[in-house]
Amino acid sequence: MPSILLVPVPPVDDRLIGELVAPLQSMFRTDVRVHNHDRIDPRTAFDVTRNQYNSTVLISSVLERFGGNAHKVLGITSVDLFVPVLTFVFGEAQFDGTAAMVSTYRLDETLYGFPPNRPLLRERLLKEAVHELGHTYGLIHCRDLDCVMRASTSVEEIDVKGVELCKRCRVQVQEKLCEKGWISSSR
Amino acid sequence: MPNTQNNHRSILVVDDEMVVRDSLTKWFRQDGYRVEAAENAAQALRLMEKGPWDIILLDIKMPGVSGLELQKQLKNIDKNATIIMITAFASVESAVQALKEGAFDYVTKPVDPDHLTHLVQNALKQKQLADENLRLRQQISELSQSDLVVGESESIRKVMELARTVAQTDTTVMIRGESGTGKELVARAIHANSGRRYFPIIAVNCGAVPETLLESELFGHERGAFTGAQYRRKGKFELADGGSIFLDEIGTISPRMQVQFLRVLETKQFTRVGGNDPIASDFRVVCATNRDLEAAVKEGTFREDLYYRLNVFTIFIPPLRERRTDIPQLVQHFVQKYASIMNRPVKEVSPEAMDLLVRYAWPGNVRELENVIERAMVLAQKPTICPADLPFQMSSAQHRLSDDTLEAVERMHIEHILQHEGWNITHAAQILDIDRVTLYNKIAKFGLKRP
Repeated sequence: MPSILLVPVPPVDDRLIGELVAPLQSMFRTDVRVHNHDRIDPRTAFDVTRNQYNSTVLISSVLERFGGNAHKVLGITSVDLFVPVLTFVFGEAQFDGTAAMVSTYRLDETLYGFPPNRPLLRERLLKEAVHELGHTYGLIHCRDLDCVMRASTSVEEIDVKGVELCKRCRVQVQEKLCEKGWISSSR
Repeated sequence: MPNTQNNHRSILVVDDEMVVRDSLTKWFRQDGYRVEAAENAAQALRLMEKGPWDIILLDIKMPGVSGLELQKQLKNIDKNATIIMITAFASVESAVQALKEGAFDYVTKPVDPDHLTHLVQNALKQKQLADENLRLRQQISELSQSDLVVGESESIRKVMELARTVAQTDTTVMIRGESGTGKELVARAIHANSGRRYFPIIAVNCGAVPETLLESELFGHERGAFTGAQYRRKGKFELADGGSIFLDEIGTISPRMQVQFLRVLETKQFTRVGGNDPIASDFRVVCATNRDLEAAVKEGTFREDLYYRLNVFTIFIPPLRERRTDIPQLVQHFVQKYASIMNRPVKEVSPEAMDLLVRYAWPGNVRELENVIERAMVLAQKPTICPADLPFQMSSAQHRLSDDTLEAVERMHIEHILQHEGWNITHAAQILDIDRVTLYNKIAKFGLKRP
């Protein structure tokens, strides 16, 4: 049985993570669990000059600590993430690999001066979680406007796309699962 | 399983910092691009062999060979490469330098993901348009050459060789040859092979335009220059700006026009009829004539100075009867041409019909041949053109082949001389050494008809 492990990287709202479990479970048809003890300290990834957290470093930590515990590991945090060449990222994933990171930092309406909107934040986080996990299943960005694998570099673009994988991307995930022997090819 | 438009696009990342290489490589791979990375100039140059790369992202500051220097080297290998420079804030000046040397754009580290995505998409779009433009231009060149001179005989090859050689220069060319030999086609070939090929070639048949109109036709006119001139109009010399002007039947123009011509050819400037402002135009002159210009100069009907101005480089096109080996190829060419224009299933010419076509004297040269084929294509009932589909005077020749009587030989000889002389009765009679009345009688007797 394939499994996804959700790893809270503080500071983060645990309730938000809990709310991801059911939808991810039905979407990837897999066992989804939340790791609730011995938390990762994100300070190792902090970059003083940029006042941001290096997501690649965080992915390495998550992988190192929890890589053996599940087929896919998704770190979730609320700090601002970056990769060296870009100003920020919503999340990052090991392409066709095991680990991924997402952050709620830029998904939160309050960052843009709006009142808090929890349902919207939850939906955005779910989309980004599915998107980054999709990359770990070897999915590349999709042209389908509704597909969650469509590239988005702003929250507006996240809001426009759907929460689900399109049919083609879904088939690809299935094929990947069969290829790894995690499920039987009968689907 | 490609579910993105980028799966065949490629990006080369050149940066000495591993984190930059890795994050860019990963970023673009997730977008579906084929991505490779190089950490220095030597590696980048090696990776050029795996190219061509649609986009090269190049760090300006690298130890050893700098990004600016590498940009030049990369451009030497692939002059169409789209290079985007990556800089730190401190080196914006060198980024500007890179732009001056042909980089598409630059980004400063760290770059906004949205900006990077759009920049790359725009660069690809521009490259796609440039590639498409190039392809279309090539297609146009091919198309414009497709209806050019057909034939592989020694003489026509020499003509084409001369045309290609002179095409590269801006030299005035005079094309001599009988009517229907394809003087205009050679003129177009010269234009198509010249650096002016993306500009127009303007053809003027000086013999077909009445003398009074030729002036305004060539130089244009201002509004109200003469009765009926309601609008200002550009002349052919003006329209040919950047391109070539083909002056057919140059031998027919009047002495007054000859003077004006000479001035325009020498100064490349003229005024419109009824106007005062001099207009400059950059054109190349190709002219043609089937007249004996040398005789006209001797007679004083063609200005000597204009003759020398035009007669810089002369190409003689042989008449079709002197290059009969080209006839089968020409016939095939016209059959294909008219089969497609008329949408008729006629595909070939029977050996008997081809034999007739090859033997015929063709006083009207290739133009006549084209007309004969066009006519035969209309008449042909079967996919093959047979002798019956050819005009009377040609198919009648078939009967003579098996007829050795004196009368038949006489008829054939008279017909041959008439064709050779273009049905000039006086000349033919002189050659046959009979008087014109006798010749007329024989023409009537044998039922010979002017083609």
